[in-house]
Amino acid sequence: MSLSNVFDIAGSGMNAQSIRINTTASNIANAESASSSVDETYRARKPFFAVMNQEFLETDKNNNFLHVKEGIGAGVQVKGIMEKDAPLQARYQPDHPMANDDGYVYYPNVNVVEEMTDMISSSRGYQMNVEVLKTAKQMLQRTLTLGQ
Amino acid sequence: MGSINFNNALGIHDNALQVRAKRAEVLANNLANADTPGFKARDFNFKAMLEGEKSKRSLEMATTSAGHQRGRVSSNEDLLYRNPSQPSIDGNTVDTQIEQSIFTRNSMNYNSSFEFLSGKFKGLKGAIRGE
Repeated sequence: MSLSNVFDIAGSGMNAQSIRINTTASNIANAESASSSVDETYRARKPFFAVMNQEFLETDKNNNFLHVKEGIGAGVQVKGIMEKDAPLQARYQPDHPMANDDGYVYYPNVNVVEEMTDMISSSRGYQMNVEVLKTAKQMLQRTLTLGQ
Repeated sequence: MGSINFNNALGIHDNALQVRAKRAEVLANNLANADTPGFKARDFNFKAMLEGEKSKRSLEMATTSAGHQRGRVSSNEDLLYRNPSQPSIDGNTVDTQIEQSIFTRNSMNYNSSFEFLSGKFKGLKGAIRGE
């Protein structure tokens, strides 16, 4: 039943967008987490999305394998979360308790403006998937009244 | 035996309903992947799909022996790629507002197909009761 697949698809979209919002929250919360060494400094985290593909094997009459066929897609998945490569901010603050021997403190490479736009984008994406879910629900509910 | 026969009585509407439901799935997938880099928006050629559905070409599995069960496969033969009006730099071609409007229109069309089908069933019921 293809209408119930819509629930899975919209659900996967909501899941992916909520993971994105979570990383954004973590990035903004840690935007000012100071550190005295480059290795220990927090780096902005970004999830990356990929299509969830459904594939099925096509066989001939005698069950011999012909080829892999690509389905119409089954939503979106978070392939992983990576850290941003942008350089860290080194600030000269010799009085800071976390300052290193040269007087520098390292701050994360979080760009708060970018995080805010990301947050708006993911919240809109989440809303859109909710709307899709709502519409699919109405269609399915309608179908149950067939013949009445 | 021809007068009350489901295939004749229901006409195109049951096929249309199935194609609409399938199309809702494709459009929902486009919307879910609105932020996926490199994703290409897809859609059915509705007319070709409905023709295939009517002639049982695309979705119905062939039954070559009396013991075979009827079944359906989801195929992407009629699935095409949408021409983007504002392609983004990461290769994604989903225009959310376009997809959203098509999704809504598709669900309205689903409802009208449903209404027609429901009317057909009501007609059949009336004929059986002789009212």
